[in-house]
Amino acid sequence: MSVAKSLPHDAAALHVTGEARYVDDIPTPRGCLHLAFGLSEIANGHVRDLNLTQVRNSKDVVAVFTAADLPFANDVSPSAHDEPLLSTGRVHYVGQPLFLVVARSHRAARVAARKAQATYDSDPPILTLDDALAINSRFEEGPRIWHAGDADQALSLAPHQLSGQFEIGGQEHFYLEGQAALALPQEDGGCHAHASTQHPTEIQHKVAEAIGVPMHSVRVETRRMGGGFGGKESQGNALAVACAIAARATGQACKMRYDRDDDMIITGKRHAFRIAYEVGFDAAGRVEGLVFTHLVNCGWAQDLSLPVADRAMLHADNAYHLPHIRIESHRLKTNLQSATAFRGFGGPQGMLGVERVMDHIAHHLGLDPIEVRMRNYYPAAQEGGAAPRPLGASPRGISSQKEAMTPYGMPVVDFELHGMTNALLHSAEYGQRRHEIAAWNAAQPHLKRGLGFSPVKFGISFTLTHLNQAGALVHVYQDGSIHLNHGGTEMGQGLFQKVAQVAASRFGVDLQRVKITATDTAKVPNTSATAASSGSDLNGMAVRNACDEIKMRMATFLATAHHVPVEEIMFANGQVQIGPRQLSFAEAARDCYEGRISLSATGFYKTPDLQWDRIKGQGRPFYYFAYGAALTEVVVDQLTGENRILRADILHDAGASLNPALDIGQIEGGYVQGAGWLTTEELVWDDAGRLRTHAPSTYKIPACSDAPDVFNVALWDQANPAKTVYRSKAVGEPPFMLGISAFLALSDAISAFGSEYPALNAPATPEEVWHACQRLRHGV
Amino acid sequence: MDITFLLNGESVALKDVPPTQTLLDWLREERGLTGTKEGCNEGDCGACTIMVSDGSGHYALNACILFLPQLQGKSIRTVEGVSTSSTDLHPVQQAMITYHGSQCGFCTPGFVMSMTTAHANGTQDYNDQFAGNLCRCTGYAPILRAAKAAQYAPVPNWIATDQAALEQAEAVTAPQPESRPQTADELAEAYANRPEATLVAGATDLGLDVTKKLQTPTPLIFLQDCRDLQTIHCDPFEIRIGAMVTMNTLRTALAKEFPDFAEMLRRFASQQVRNAATLGGNIANGSPIGDCAPALIALDAKMTLRHRNLRRTLPVEDFFLDYGKQDRAPGEFIDSITLPRGAHNLRVYKLSKRFDQDISAVLAAFNIRTEQGVITEARLAFGGMAGIPKRARSTEDALIGHPMTSDTLKKAQIALSHDFTPLSDMRASAQYRIGCAEALLARYFADLSGTATSVLEVTL
Repeated sequence: MSVAKSLPHDAAALHVTGEARYVDDIPTPRGCLHLAFGLSEIANGHVRDLNLTQVRNSKDVVAVFTAADLPFANDVSPSAHDEPLLSTGRVHYVGQPLFLVVARSHRAARVAARKAQATYDSDPPILTLDDALAINSRFEEGPRIWHAGDADQALSLAPHQLSGQFEIGGQEHFYLEGQAALALPQEDGGCHAHASTQHPTEIQHKVAEAIGVPMHSVRVETRRMGGGFGGKESQGNALAVACAIAARATGQACKMRYDRDDDMIITGKRHAFRIAYEVGFDAAGRVEGLVFTHLVNCGWAQDLSLPVADRAMLHADNAYHLPHIRIESHRLKTNLQSATAFRGFGGPQGMLGVERVMDHIAHHLGLDPIEVRMRNYYPAAQEGGAAPRPLGASPRGISSQKEAMTPYGMPVVDFELHGMTNALLHSAEYGQRRHEIAAWNAAQPHLKRGLGFSPVKFGISFTLTHLNQAGALVHVYQDGSIHLNHGGTEMGQGLFQKVAQVAASRFGVDLQRVKITATDTAKVPNTSATAASSGSDLNGMAVRNACDEIKMRMATFLATAHHVPVEEIMFANGQVQIGPRQLSFAEAARDCYEGRISLSATGFYKTPDLQWDRIKGQGRPFYYFAYGAALTEVVVDQLTGENRILRADILHDAGASLNPALDIGQIEGGYVQGAGWLTTEELVWDDAGRLRTHAPSTYKIPACSDAPDVFNVALWDQANPAKTVYRSKAVGEPPFMLGISAFLALSDAISAFGSEYPALNAPATPEEVWHACQRLRHGV
Repeated sequence: MDITFLLNGESVALKDVPPTQTLLDWLREERGLTGTKEGCNEGDCGACTIMVSDGSGHYALNACILFLPQLQGKSIRTVEGVSTSSTDLHPVQQAMITYHGSQCGFCTPGFVMSMTTAHANGTQDYNDQFAGNLCRCTGYAPILRAAKAAQYAPVPNWIATDQAALEQAEAVTAPQPESRPQTADELAEAYANRPEATLVAGATDLGLDVTKKLQTPTPLIFLQDCRDLQTIHCDPFEIRIGAMVTMNTLRTALAKEFPDFAEMLRRFASQQVRNAATLGGNIANGSPIGDCAPALIALDAKMTLRHRNLRRTLPVEDFFLDYGKQDRAPGEFIDSITLPRGAHNLRVYKLSKRFDQDISAVLAAFNIRTEQGVITEARLAFGGMAGIPKRARSTEDALIGHPMTSDTLKKAQIALSHDFTPLSDMRASAQYRIGCAEALLARYFADLSGTATSVLEVTL
């Protein structure tokens, strides 16, 4: 079987030779035009006057569009219709598109776009969480509040209480390929677009509305993205829509790609949070009651902020059984880029909240932070679950057969982390290293090392339940070659290869027989975004179903033709076994074709067993959980706050992996990206709301030497109890949160400089670490 | 301008090239060679890395901020040119496949070219070789595995073929001394005649004027052919460094005698940038955060400027007059920089958010002399603390004549706040800058007494 093999990425050979085509590499028809947006220079107010004469007169400019020139819908929002392609006069952030330039070259468009003379009536910008709270600038009518048990009473009865709050910064996606789209006008007023997008169907939908045609007249193709990470779930809409409008108006192919600075200034990023907590716990560190307040900086438009903030709440428990908890989430509206999807989709922020609480408790009680965590874990799967503790009652163990519930009322029945944690601590030699580090630290005046452990329990499924569906289209040709298409998009994660491995396994053929093709809304309609880690779960199953449909037709025909029972038809090793006879798969395909059997099928899959009420915060939003655990060692210099990751040990649960090499790639990459979020990646806006870190010169994602010197990654090789494709688990987002261990390790190292809890904010840049060290040393 | 060069082994002759056209745009838009990617268009991500060879070696460079005239007479290999066919991949390409070194694939051509260059040069300090190549997918681990796996594979034949072709190539373009002088003398003449011209050394900074500010500076004088500005001359008393010596050449040259300066240069931008950027350029652009100046000032380096045949020498320190203003007359250029040799206690500390390829929040260069435990001379220079690279004069005064004690350190730290009132910006707050200036002085004292202070030196 092709599944479970560590095959390279399907396009690896094209990547290394430069042959892999991204949107900007596609040969364009003669006369292709290039687009650029003119951007708002203020964060909040109205455009009083927009003089575009010099823009229109700029060299090689073909056309200029403002909102008034748009023929149909002026909307690129993925949710609340609050995001016009071009401003209608009101401006909400520095970088909002005001007008669109169409020119003969990319550079000519960029040059012209800077020649506008705009005057504004400015209002004071709302930039911070405090600004927004002060004037109740928010999405939804008020905070979302979910609870389980009685958190206030549990808190007040608990022997120990702590409270605190901390900041969590946002994160720029920094996909290496910037946003890009190319629109080819069609003979009947339709549009064929290539887009670097995780969501071709949404692009199709938005383009159709923008050029006034039904969705059937718009075809969107996506062969690959040069990275997505959530940043191409909704943020590509504007480019594709702009291209379609310009292509319709000019009759020429139109291409738009953001220069890196524009990309960072225009597009949304990960949501910044402030998390406040009050926790009550016993002497062993077991949490009795917990109250979280999430303040979420959503930026100016709603985009995907509500489900992002929901997912933060859904991961406020992470791996811990918290029967008495209240989570209050404020979705605040500010004059910044509209924060959007980013790997983990709020989960990382929510999880960091409770990991902070665990660390704080351990520090307060002088206990090992891993021990405190394990005492609070959900019961292990094989124990069959344990009862929630009654208020003030003693430790777990007075167990009934009732399952442990998440705060949102979903039983946790597949909890793997007890075994995983023990295995990781053993392989990483935790106990011994703790001692070694303590001894080393005692001898060092300026440098201290630290260890940080964090578990991950991440819920798999879109919380908007109807998105949990996928389609596939599979053709078997008469030569036995197989054409594979599905609704998922390839952004580097290796989805196409994994799904091809599924298809090859179903037909029992070599992977070489399976041709992977670009995601295409004309082949598979009504797809969901490739997001929420769902790609292989959903599309793998849809493809499996399509393959099985064709296989069944083939088997039925061959069984009749060869007078054997259908159960005796087997597809394996490139052959079709028909009772005692054997045909090559190609021969079987040819025979079926000549027997007038349809060798093309669609496949469909929807995730079972989901129901979710997001207002009440109750139900079963996830099909299952994916788990992981990481232990990170760092070293910190108290003089300057400089710090480094020395070692990371990771054990991650990808179920029965479809492709261990690709999964390990997701884990290594996710960890480093997660650690980057919490260390060097700092977004800075000035008081006028201008993003000051809008290029890699000022915004620092991890470089090669920032990866851990010692980096041990292993898979927890257990089949998924849920009935997923070949019992694999989703692996796109969960490993990102393993990077939290690096943040906790920094806090641990800093704590060696004093007796107070370091109360570190994220990102822990050298400056932030320095401030924390100063607080510990001087109490300032 | 007219230029000739080798592209993937084939000779290319171009007439009337716009002098600020970048190699990247030309490759992608004119040649249809789209394997080389644009990631940032400012030399910070490495997706556009290509390999350039000349008589002196092989260099990874960023095509996005490389102007076509800089390539005159050189050999360029892009990702399309490192394998002879899809079945005969370069060893690093094969290793990148085998070790799963690509995910989204967009940074991959750049990594392949950095790796190809390192492989050709036999260099294995991969963290440094790849510091200028950003990858957002893999976490770098599989890329490092690939590089190590391929490091001992034979170097492909085309490397030697290119070298031979370069040696045989004759200069077919006509001399253009006014835009492409061949000697410092020609430059002196050309620049004095056209003092409004912009000098192009490595273009790692000027490139951004073109790609980001969308300017088209003109006229331009390209300096890369002035071999006599690329020499390093040592005698027992001093080291004279030509203004066109690149940062990487300088790093090698200083490694033994000034290891801390060289270590700072290891972290100065990236391999690609250091292969283009020059010492003269780093000083001439007058940046308060150009890392070389404080180190040079701490060493009491001198610089020689030239206008036609008039040369004058001044301390590097005096070149920086005010933010954006240097002591350089129209038509005058930096000829060389001279470092005094002999015993020194130079330490250079670079603070930035990320260790590699980041612009300093604070750069401190300290050099003191002690006699019998008493400080007799002190030169403390900082970048990032003022509008220009600047000495901490009151702090120096607080040190001189005092013993190397914690009491002296405390007094000197207090004096620092008289010397500097730094700004807050996206790199650091004023509080952190001044706090770190004090901390770095403490680090210097600890360093000289042998106490460990660098997280970079901690290994497991």
